[in-house]
Amino acid sequence: MDISLKNVEYRYQADSPFEHLAISDVSIDIPSGTYLAIIGHTGSGKSTVLQHLNALLKPTKGSVLIGSREIKAGRKDKNLKSIRENVGIVFQFPEHQLFEETVEKDIMFGPMNFGVSESDAKARAKEALQLVGLPEDILEKSPFDLSGGQMRRVAIAGVLAMEPDVLVLDEPTAGLDPRGRKEIMDLFYTLHKKRNLSTVLVTHSMEDAAKYADEIVVMHQGKVLTKGTPEQIFSDPVALIELGLDVPEVIGLQLKIEETFHTKFSKISLSERELAEMIAEFLRGGGQR
Amino acid sequence: MSKPLVTIDGVSFSYEGQQTPALKNITFDILEGEWLAIVGHNGSGKSTLAKLLNGLQFPQQGKIAVCGTELTEATVWEVRKNVGMVFQNPDNQFVGTTVRDDVAFGLENHGVPREIMVERVQTSLDKVQMGTFLNQEPHHLSGGQKQRVAIAGVIALQPAIIILDEATSMLDPRGRAEVIATVRELKDREHITVISITHDLEEAAKADRVIVMNKGELYREGTPEQIFEMDEELVQLGLDIPFPVKMSKLLRHKGVELTKTHLTEEELVTELWTSHSKM
Amino acid sequence: MMEKMIFGRYVPGESLLHRMDPRSKLIIVFLFVIVVFIANNVPTYAVLAAYTFLMVGLSRIPLRFLYGGLKPVFLLVFFTFLLHIFMTKEGPIILELGWLKIYEEGLRQGIFISLRFLLLILVTSLLTLTTTPIEITDGLETLLNPLKKWKFPVHELALMMSISLRFIPTLMQETDKIMKAQTARGVEYNSGPVKERIKAIIPLLIPLFISSFKRAEELAVAMEARGYKGGEGRTKYRQLAWGMVDTAMLLFLGAVTVLLFVLRG
Repeated sequence: MDISLKNVEYRYQADSPFEHLAISDVSIDIPSGTYLAIIGHTGSGKSTVLQHLNALLKPTKGSVLIGSREIKAGRKDKNLKSIRENVGIVFQFPEHQLFEETVEKDIMFGPMNFGVSESDAKARAKEALQLVGLPEDILEKSPFDLSGGQMRRVAIAGVLAMEPDVLVLDEPTAGLDPRGRKEIMDLFYTLHKKRNLSTVLVTHSMEDAAKYADEIVVMHQGKVLTKGTPEQIFSDPVALIELGLDVPEVIGLQLKIEETFHTKFSKISLSERELAEMIAEFLRGGGQR
Repeated sequence: MSKPLVTIDGVSFSYEGQQTPALKNITFDILEGEWLAIVGHNGSGKSTLAKLLNGLQFPQQGKIAVCGTELTEATVWEVRKNVGMVFQNPDNQFVGTTVRDDVAFGLENHGVPREIMVERVQTSLDKVQMGTFLNQEPHHLSGGQKQRVAIAGVIALQPAIIILDEATSMLDPRGRAEVIATVRELKDREHITVISITHDLEEAAKADRVIVMNKGELYREGTPEQIFEMDEELVQLGLDIPFPVKMSKLLRHKGVELTKTHLTEEELVTELWTSHSKM
Repeated sequence: MMEKMIFGRYVPGESLLHRMDPRSKLIIVFLFVIVVFIANNVPTYAVLAAYTFLMVGLSRIPLRFLYGGLKPVFLLVFFTFLLHIFMTKEGPIILELGWLKIYEEGLRQGIFISLRFLLLILVTSLLTLTTTPIEITDGLETLLNPLKKWKFPVHELALMMSISLRFIPTLMQETDKIMKAQTARGVEYNSGPVKERIKAIIPLLIPLFISSFKRAEELAVAMEARGYKGGEGRTKYRQLAWGMVDTAMLLFLGAVTVLLFVLRG
């Protein structure tokens, strides 16, 4: 399913003394099957963009195309549910949305809201639990008896069980330890490939954006600053650094070396192994250009 | 330096209703003026340890002494004056309706006279670069700013030790950097002993000493250099290896000679430059 | 609609009323609520109205803002008016429409009582509009302090109030967040049959309760770690300052009261 934002503007509490412009003139295309990362500081507008992807917010100007549906400023829309069935969102700290008595019921909640039968929803719950790497015997447990990391996985399973075509992830690994972080990110990437999903990852982590995304959008002060492939985005790291954004550590190191040795490598490298190779090669050449 | 400020002697602790103990026979000292990082994956017992140090829980076995005073129910309020704590969730430790009220909260609790309070609130906030936010309300602050206010609240009480209990784990990279820089500066200027409990190995790399916790046990203790020699073993423990360490290893693997494993990019680049530029 | 409500809202400012001590404002409002009942004829109500509008003027709150914010309340005032007009059956009939009879006393009562109601609302609104919630809390704490003798938990009550005030915005953000998360899971909060909408509250309320409990627990631990052990031996950072203005305003209300007694019919 393709999603496309056209010149989207959003104002919070429009027409009140507390009005606040969150994003303006945002245009982003997310063709089916893309892994898109949206990066930017807190307050850059990336969370506002995210909420337009399944019509949780309606643009105050411009339009959002979700599959065949168009959400346009100043028009009433009915039956937004069908959109939400296709676009699943994993919010930041998703474990805060758990509420059912058992893990199974909580995972079934989403699918059943969208009219999936109870027996199908049960089957989906089992499958989703397996996907997030939790044992089946916790299905009957209360989600509130689980550890923080397990709760996070249950909440994610609840979104996966909706079987959406588009998966939107808002900092899904915030607060997890390094192992948990890697496992969750790898899980989403595998699903993205296996189910041919579109994935939108909103993140602070340049590492993750560089590692997983096909496309990166950089948000700054409510506007799209640049967009392109990771190679394109990070080919001009200095521009990002000037905005106070981080660059992936690999690129940071490459820049430091280039600066110290007054040289320029043939390309920007996004992998540690490749950078090590390039540095070794360069040093064998005598550290000269 | 190097005088033990806190001694932890054979401490074990189990939470009620749980079979596996959260801490098993832990013994180590915390030295005056050091930055000690306690690392471990979630559930390794590191946060329990922090709670014991501040008398929020008491060990079932073993002893803890802070600044020469054994920590018991009777001495706990005395000890808390010396041990300040910053918690994980920036929102859930902000008591005041404004920044200045929050910093004052601890001072009020300890019965500090008002004239001294007014001065301490201002100087502590200045020390964390929040001096111009006196009347700001918490919901208008970023996570990093709230944590800095929490730090100001702690240092206003002039403790000997400050414990950061995963204080940066809910922050964005910018907030994390702000908080770490603030603590670093405080440690250097005020000679506060810092105990940072974290699973962020980049943060641990900046410490003087690192303790690795695993399944409630003290798994390893050493300088950051020694700890990161553990390499894959750290990954097995659910932790990560800092980027400069990874790169040092990869470079060696590709035949680049290095005298040691570097903990910072600067060090790494400097060695590459000094050893290769002369050729 | 909610955005325009002014009940309990504070409007920052530097007016005379803003600068007053919350204690004097609380006392004045309390006294005013009693004094209002002295009025029983046109001159006394006129004095009360004049006093109220003088206060509104002193607060420097824009009239349009006040009017907009009190609009829903006007409806209530009008309803009170109607109620009295139809229910009071004294004095000569002044208007007869079929079965509907309006008596002179009814009209009189209707006007007076709805006016009284309106003035009370205006004066109490002025209190919250010009005093931050925390100032009100501090004011109440000091005013209620004598009750401590009878083991009334004044300090605890004040602390509870200030913590609630501190967490209202946090909980609002949280509510919004959970609502969005559940909407994304197919819950509809703004449309659909009433029964469904009531059911939709459960997935919102339970997470809110749970997170509030978690917050409370963590907050209690944080407070303990910062040396909180009850009100005893605590000093206070926020200080109230009683000034000339406060005494003057109290005396002024006293003068108004005397005038009311004189003019009372």
